Amino acid sequence: MKRMGGAKSKSTQGSSDFYAHFLTKRTIYKHFFKDNALLIGAQTRFLLKRNAFSAASDVFRDKRKRQVKDMEITFRLNGALVKTEQNATSTLLDYLRETQRLTGTKEGCNEGDCGACTVMIEDEQGPRALNACILLMPQIHGKSITTVEGLAPKGALHPVQNAMITEHGSQCGFCTPGIVMSLATAHAAGDTNIEDALAGNLCRCTGYAPILRAAQKAASESPVAKVPFEPMDEPALIERPETINELAALYALRPNATLIAGATDVGLWVTKQLRSLEDVIFLNGVRDLKGITETADSFVIGAMTPIADLGPLFAQSCPSLAEMFRRFSSKQVRSAATLGGNIANGSPIGDSPPPLIALGATITLRKGEDSRTVLLEDFFVEYGKQDRTPSEFVTQITVPKAGLNDLRVYKLSKRFDQDISAVCGAFNITVTDAKVSAACIAFGGMAGTPKRATHVEQVLIGQPWTEVTIDAALPAFDQDYEPMTDMRASAEYRQTTAKNMLKRVFADSKGHTVSVLDVRGESS
Amino acid sequence: MSVGTSLTHDSAELHVTGAARYIDDIPTPNGTLHLAFGLSQVAHADITSMNLDDVRNADGVVAVYCADDFDHVPDCSPAPVPDEPLLCTGTVHFLGQPVFLVVATSHLAARKAARLGQITYAEKPAILSYEDALAANARFEDGPRIYTKGDPAAVIESAPHVIHGQIDMGGQEHFYLEGQAALVTPLEGGDMLVNSSTQHPTEIQHKVAHALHLPMHAVRVETRRMGGGFGGKESQGNWLAIACAIAARDTGQPCKMRYDRDDDMMVTGKRHDFRISYTVGFDDTGKIAGVDFIQMTRCGWSIDLSIPVADRAMLHADNAYHLEHARIESHRLRTNTQSATAYRGFGGPQGILGIERVIDHIAATLKLDPADVRRTNYYADMGTEPKTGQTTPYGMPVTDAILHAMTDRHLADADYTARRVQIADWNAKNPILKKGIGLSTVKFGISFTLTHLNQAGALVHVYQDGSIQLNHGGTEMGQGLFQKVAQVAASEFGVSMNAIKITATDTAKVPNTSATAASSGADLNGMAVKAACSTIRDRMSLFLQDYFGADTVSFQDNMVTVGTHSLSFPEAVKLAYENRISLSSTGFYKTPKVKWDRIKGQGRPFYYFAYGIALTEVVLDTLTGENRILRSDILHDAGASLNPSLDIGQIEGGYVQGVGWLTTEELVWDAKGRLRTHAPSTYKIPTASDAPDVFNVKLWDAPNPEKSIYRSKAVGEPPFNLGISALLALSDAASACGPNYPALNAPATPEELLRAIGRARA
Repeated sequence: MKRMGGAKSKSTQGSSDFYAHFLTKRTIYKHFFKDNALLIGAQTRFLLKRNAFSAASDVFRDKRKRQVKDMEITFRLNGALVKTEQNATSTLLDYLRETQRLTGTKEGCNEGDCGACTVMIEDEQGPRALNACILLMPQIHGKSITTVEGLAPKGALHPVQNAMITEHGSQCGFCTPGIVMSLATAHAAGDTNIEDALAGNLCRCTGYAPILRAAQKAASESPVAKVPFEPMDEPALIERPETINELAALYALRPNATLIAGATDVGLWVTKQLRSLEDVIFLNGVRDLKGITETADSFVIGAMTPIADLGPLFAQSCPSLAEMFRRFSSKQVRSAATLGGNIANGSPIGDSPPPLIALGATITLRKGEDSRTVLLEDFFVEYGKQDRTPSEFVTQITVPKAGLNDLRVYKLSKRFDQDISAVCGAFNITVTDAKVSAACIAFGGMAGTPKRATHVEQVLIGQPWTEVTIDAALPAFDQDYEPMTDMRASAEYRQTTAKNMLKRVFADSKGHTVSVLDVRGESS
Repeated sequence: MSVGTSLTHDSAELHVTGAARYIDDIPTPNGTLHLAFGLSQVAHADITSMNLDDVRNADGVVAVYCADDFDHVPDCSPAPVPDEPLLCTGTVHFLGQPVFLVVATSHLAARKAARLGQITYAEKPAILSYEDALAANARFEDGPRIYTKGDPAAVIESAPHVIHGQIDMGGQEHFYLEGQAALVTPLEGGDMLVNSSTQHPTEIQHKVAHALHLPMHAVRVETRRMGGGFGGKESQGNWLAIACAIAARDTGQPCKMRYDRDDDMMVTGKRHDFRISYTVGFDDTGKIAGVDFIQMTRCGWSIDLSIPVADRAMLHADNAYHLEHARIESHRLRTNTQSATAYRGFGGPQGILGIERVIDHIAATLKLDPADVRRTNYYADMGTEPKTGQTTPYGMPVTDAILHAMTDRHLADADYTARRVQIADWNAKNPILKKGIGLSTVKFGISFTLTHLNQAGALVHVYQDGSIQLNHGGTEMGQGLFQKVAQVAASEFGVSMNAIKITATDTAKVPNTSATAASSGADLNGMAVKAACSTIRDRMSLFLQDYFGADTVSFQDNMVTVGTHSLSFPEAVKLAYENRISLSSTGFYKTPKVKWDRIKGQGRPFYYFAYGIALTEVVLDTLTGENRILRSDILHDAGASLNPSLDIGQIEGGYVQGVGWLTTEELVWDAKGRLRTHAPSTYKIPTASDAPDVFNVKLWDAPNPEKSIYRSKAVGEPPFNLGISALLALSDAASACGPNYPALNAPATPEELLRAIGRARA
């Protein structure tokens, strides 16, 4: 078994571990007990488990009544350690601009789509570019933040900044700090796919040409020497559990809490719907929800694994799946968004479910001490409704490797990068001896949930892999789907392109170039 | 001399370090209040009741205004007709119209409270479409405006070929990265200091003064820079500045307002969408005998700048093509949607797309190379043919045409003929993907069509240490205007750029300015600054000649040479100062030669034309309509460029913005008149990966025959139109799917492209 992260195998977690585990860690629980003069330390493993649990529960309940809304957040900002009391739903952008008066970081859209607020965030995993506008303050607890003001020592310029000046990369300048931060993060991470690094940074003035030239120029400069990330001894926070067990216990007590993973959706509840979230649990501190474990026949992906990690995971085994995960969203959003969040959210246009359903993936849910595993396909009950009970949360997704060679994933949107799909189709079709021996096809954007094309599958299975078979299967789409019309696409377009995607699979299998992304312009 | 060199944008270092200040970055005193509008939730209705108790009681709310709180509701319109009340006066005209105004202690508190209004409406039928508006005869001006040249009906009738067609082209959200914003600080005696993200400080001054019943001298407007404008800040900033000024007057506190992005897109105007139908008669070579255009545009609920926008669409119906017989009929329709407003090109791109489509349709009909049909119809180049008789449909002689020569060079440079063959070969081998290539041209008229706006002022101070402060009426929105004008000033005094201080646009320094619009910024303000510098330089020269008893004076390389004497510029200035020479001057410029009658459509609305040509190659997926730009080649005429790099920046940026307009940028209103694409999550402007893989931009770089500033040409709007070549390339790729003309509409989203492929195959 190859360990790729901190995910702990579910089967090793017995109930005896459960309470002992959460009571012995450096967690909020310890602080509570301290606060309440209970002074329960490592020896608590000897207490009666049930009593310990209820004691903890009482403390939570009591604490919650007295709980001030603000949380004490610790982080490093442009090198300086900061401790600040913040509301759980205050954003990093507002904090930077209004409290710190660091106005280089801009608000362009307040929904994570334009990148003007891009900052560099570092932790043990290295530097990442993130959108400050939908990053809630508790998410940066224990992390190091670099804004455009702190990118270079005073009076000096980062190579990216220099290149942006000499290549005329700024015009109005409003997107520029975000562009600089995305490029500087790519520079620091040795990332050379500049168009991808900039997919989440809109510029309305330059047409990007001089920015791309600047990025190329800066890439030839040696990386900037920087101080490596230094962990800080940040205190544990009530709403930020650090293990699955803690999360399970906390969520059991607060079944109405909003779970916040990457906040790429919840962030918008705050910034756009102006909702006040009274009861929140932040998941980004839960170590054992992150990471990918590879077994002989599957990948086990922790729910808090960022989408950014999934493209590289499938780059060799299934390039079209890797490309879908690249186009899932901008780099800033992919670094924040998680696979568990994308699934648990239940959106009919979330891009990860169709391919995972087509691969026969399962998800594991946890509630209190109990776990269960269901087919991902069955998790989506109807629009807005998932097979998830109060206090239950997704812990991991198990993706069988078997279909990866056959799988083809097609994401269709008005724009290639950072756009929500009109239709996302995933085809896991196995052809044996020139006949379709198995077919599992799933779509997003075609129904109220991510949904399989079972009628199409039935028409295909057992038939020869020919154009005639493909044409014969097309009418079955009308039995499987009745898509809707919205601002992204009409029902007719969705239905037509879903059918055409099946034609594309066939053309692809015959060796034709089927994606315009594979054609590049040439100078004469 | 600094003019003509590729110096970087004056604020580049401030931009890349985050130190450049926009309105929301200006440090404000404690007690600054924040504003937000409560918006209507229906498109057309009478308000039957309004309960704002919850708004007033919300956390942090200091004041709430609705129309009833005013004896005269302040007007926000830039037009002479006051048809834009700050707050809705009983009848709602579009979904998103400001109905009430909240003043609160924070931006967030104001936004939250603005959602709490309880308003009931008696809904009326909303006029949303072209058809709705025509049926209701809902329009601005009495009827359609019509320009006619020759006898188009007769020549079309007798032409060897006649085709009819129609193209729909959508509007466009500006998506300036910095949203609308204003900060108003009350001064002593009721005066107001307004910081506004505006292309038109004088307009803000005028409207704020009017709203507060103050003379204009009591209101000072300052604009250092905008985070993008593109026309969207020509008139749309009035609302925020007026609202803040009223609240500042009443509370005595500084007041700030910035629209959240969604509000910005729901409230403010966008590019006018157009439907253009055409009937054209032509011969076997594709030479146009006569053409009849009907242009319809949805202006939205108020007049704003729609009349001159629609005029400019008519004035560009010919583009680069000599039309001996033409009729252009323009309908300016009133709809219950956001009031369409200025946007880079100001109607020009829509008019140009109409005729570019006609040329493309003719070429397809005759199976001719569209490049040849273009050449057949171009205005004669200067010097190649007699110019008499080559007039526009509005009677202006075209004396500066250069497109024949530009086309010769460009098609050779871009390897056009060979690539057409390669594309046909590629298409024969690829069943799913098809390539296409498209050529388009621009001849863009330079001047405000409202002739009196073609004036500018400047104020230049030379301080006794030899440093120079530069003020003019133009605003900086990223285009590099300040840098270009500073290069003019540096050249006039023969000093280095670091001697020049560029300052914010300020109505207290230079009054009665025109909007920075119509690509006129450098032309007008460069000339005004040149005039101011000349005045000071002449005073210094006269003095120095007299002082040293010499006949000649020259200013260059930071030195002033007087006969045989040589002084550094600061030494010369110090000497002049000590001898009581005035070292400060205003400067003024008005564009010569322009005069026309907009009702008849006759005369010379433009001082000159700017030209360009673009070739775009695309690849199209015939199964989904997805597409990419593979290569773009542009040759553009910026005259003798003031700053080649900044001009190339305008061309690259304008082209990509034009491509966005015609491809991914789709505005969708639902049946109730609600804009469904009101944020970047749903409204898709180009990203980095949408820029062409190969992007060659060259300057034609020949001096302007007219006496413009250093013989340069305006460059803000003209290259936007070159994005049309991408639409034509996509149409070309769709044509590879079947025998029919695909009649591609814009925006050519993947969905529209799939429909066009269907039409090609049908």
